[in-house]
Amino acid sequence: MNEQTKNFWAGVRAELPLLIGVFPFGMIYGALALNAGLSKFSSQMMSSIVFAGSSQFVTTQLVSEAAPGFVIVLTIAVVNLRHMLYSASLAPYLASLSTRWKILLSYLLTDEAYAPTIIQYEKAGLQPFTHWFLLGAGFALWFTWQVSTALGIFLGTAIPDSWSLDFALPLTFIAMVVPVLKNRPAIAAALSAGVVALVAYLLPYRLGIILAALVGIVVGTYLENTSHIEPVNELPIQANLRDSLDDSQTTKEQS
Amino acid sequence: MNIWLVMLIAGLITFSMRFSFIYLFGRLHVPETLRKALHYVPPAVLSAIIFPELFLRDGHLSITLGNHRLLAGSIAVVVAYFTKNTLVTILVGMLALALLQVLF
Repeated sequence: MNEQTKNFWAGVRAELPLLIGVFPFGMIYGALALNAGLSKFSSQMMSSIVFAGSSQFVTTQLVSEAAPGFVIVLTIAVVNLRHMLYSASLAPYLASLSTRWKILLSYLLTDEAYAPTIIQYEKAGLQPFTHWFLLGAGFALWFTWQVSTALGIFLGTAIPDSWSLDFALPLTFIAMVVPVLKNRPAIAAALSAGVVALVAYLLPYRLGIILAALVGIVVGTYLENTSHIEPVNELPIQANLRDSLDDSQTTKEQS
Repeated sequence: MNIWLVMLIAGLITFSMRFSFIYLFGRLHVPETLRKALHYVPPAVLSAIIFPELFLRDGHLSITLGNHRLLAGSIAVVVAYFTKNTLVTILVGMLALALLQVLF
């Protein structure tokens, strides 16, 4: 197996536990979209054109309330704002790729593809072919989302709530985040973001998540700057990429 | 507005946000502080997603023994800390939730 294939399947494997939680969500979305009055075809196409779970749920809600089109578009934009954070977070690892790759991977960049990928990248550092990991994780999620949407459209929700399969999502995120909490700034970032997320939960359109994430990021960065500890996850930047990342001399040698 | 037009525009906006920094990063100078800050995106974002799932029941804060998801999630945190194993963490967490729901 070559490096590309190996990375691709590693991404698929890392994505598997998240798929357990995503599958029922996809079915619920399919069933709801149909109920809201969307046609079978447009319900399915939304899963590939927009391809963003929570904003698709909000859309079905708005469609059933007969909200005007520009309200729906604006709402989807706000709900998906957090993807800009993911984009910024993964950008250093994808900087050397061709525009074609960047377009493909951006299309596949969801919460569930971002999480295992950034954890893997921060652990292993920048290596050739790691973009195949994101492709594997992203494609596995995309495929599952399309299939589960279709099943929801044609079969209804089918999976009983009492199975609590949706709990697999936060559990997977717990399994990913706990090993990352290696120092005080990271723990403070996680706790402050979590608490703000609780307080800001009532904000509409999932804005609470963005606000919480920004507070966590600021707290973590501030503590790192004031405590002068060595950052655990310093990005190991390859020599040939260093120029494209930073044209000044600020990149510290780690060796 | 036609639903197809809505989907198309919404899809384009969503894509642009996902593409934004991935496209710009190689082309702009990124200050050191900002790059440091990016390392805190995973713990911050993941916690912002996890906390409401565990602490809120029907939109209300619930820190009681009756909140099965909070208990099962806390067990999962401990398991994740000691095993650092994703699959074990999920299995124990799901099992804990199932047991709590059956027993209480």
